[in-house]
Amino acid sequence: MNLRRIYAVFLRQLFLLRHNWTRFSAIFVWITIDILLWGFITKYLNVISHSGFNFIPMLLGAILLWDFLVRVQQGIILALLEDVWAQNFLNYFASPLTIGEYISGLILTSIVTTIVGFGFIIIIAGILFGYNIFSLGLYLALFLFVLFIFGLALGILTSGIVLRLGPSAEWIAWPIPAIISPLAGIFYPLSTLPHSLQFIAKCLPPAYVFEGMRQVLSLKILSPSYLLAGVGLSIIYLLFAYIFFNYIYRVVIRTGRITRFSAESTS
Amino acid sequence: MDKKTVLIVNNLIREYGSLRAVDDISFAVKNGEIVGLLGPNGAGKTTIIDMILGVLEPTSGTVEILGYDIKRQRSKAMEKVNFAAVYSHVPGNITVRQNLTIFGLLYGVKNLTKRIDSLLVEFDLREFASKKVGLLSSGEQTRVNLAKSVINLPNLFLLDEPTASLDPSTARLIREKMRSYVQKINAGILWTSHNMHEVEEVCDRVLFLSRGSILLEGNPKTLPQEHNKKDLEELFITIAREPLSLRLE
Repeated sequence: MNLRRIYAVFLRQLFLLRHNWTRFSAIFVWITIDILLWGFITKYLNVISHSGFNFIPMLLGAILLWDFLVRVQQGIILALLEDVWAQNFLNYFASPLTIGEYISGLILTSIVTTIVGFGFIIIIAGILFGYNIFSLGLYLALFLFVLFIFGLALGILTSGIVLRLGPSAEWIAWPIPAIISPLAGIFYPLSTLPHSLQFIAKCLPPAYVFEGMRQVLSLKILSPSYLLAGVGLSIIYLLFAYIFFNYIYRVVIRTGRITRFSAESTS
Repeated sequence: MDKKTVLIVNNLIREYGSLRAVDDISFAVKNGEIVGLLGPNGAGKTTIIDMILGVLEPTSGTVEILGYDIKRQRSKAMEKVNFAAVYSHVPGNITVRQNLTIFGLLYGVKNLTKRIDSLLVEFDLREFASKKVGLLSSGEQTRVNLAKSVINLPNLFLLDEPTASLDPSTARLIREKMRSYVQKINAGILWTSHNMHEVEEVCDRVLFLSRGSILLEGNPKTLPQEHNKKDLEELFITIAREPLSLRLE
């Protein structure tokens, strides 16, 4: 791995973000809307439930963590799409840049955009709804670690799909987190799901984060099994995603798709 | 490998299904040599260049650049190679200087700021340094691509119709610049062009391709006479229309 080349991939994204407010605002806008929407819903639920139960840490905390994952995934795919739109693959892959360095550059981009976006919504949630995500204590770091690794895996996986199918597959990148969300138990315990779906949910690392978060909020402890399952599964997904992307890269080189990327086929 | 050889292409074959786009081609490019890769559209020129760049896998055969096998040591080989092609542009949504910075980092250029400053002067791009590439004229964009292609002082240049969108005066300047580069850093160039006057002016040797095979090879100044043709253009037209007549000679 050559750090200068990884930095080059990142620097290009930085140049794009620095000089274009529409790109820069994309880091905040959707996740801020999400926080506002769910913030007001939780406030309303607090009023109408009369139960004394505070929905804010349970629901707003969950949506903050979920948006963190989405931000990581989209940080990667958006950076890749910039190269799709600029038809830059030939320049990149005919240079000494390796595929591992390219992915690392995308990950670095995602880390920076995620820190900026997530930092912003933490402040919004604090100011508008009085929610402090740091009340989760050290567990927050563990939750973010699992979601970060799984977000990277999703981002790399969707990037591989776009690389294989061409620019027309761009749309696939956007709904993937939404497809997973009902099974991730963001707002409800996994026991709410039918048995068959519970099995699928248990294969998803975010499910352990959200189950764990509810456990921390109600019992102030986190079962080590949740933690191990979440960390272990997310690393497996990341390894799988990297192998998948590498395989797709070899396919597009073998078939010549990378040189005819905009044509979306070689025949 | 001969010390003076920068590129060795050995028995290169590329098939797309039943179509053989490149058919068992072998050739070499030496230091300080400009080799023209000529042929009608679809003859396989760009496919060969793509395989040399490592962005297309050959069905069989090998490519060696400065002793590095492109299949196993692509990244190492590419540090000493660069290219400019009429169909490939640096991203238009960042400035000239930003592009040169990124490609300078990718190619491991030392003293990058100084190198970029000298390229901006050399390719007459100083006034556009802070302008987005997409806002430049096609000729100016070509100059940016050429500046990018020499940023790492490569030992091997792959130029796919590098002057196709330039006016005659700028095209001549670019030809002179590339020739002087070859002399200065003793690089080898593989140059494709449909401008036969250009080929005659810059190339030391040409390879004529037809349907994926090398049909003729020789000095562009003497090759037409050797085949009873008035000039290189007439020879080109013959190859494009009646390749069999030359095969039978």
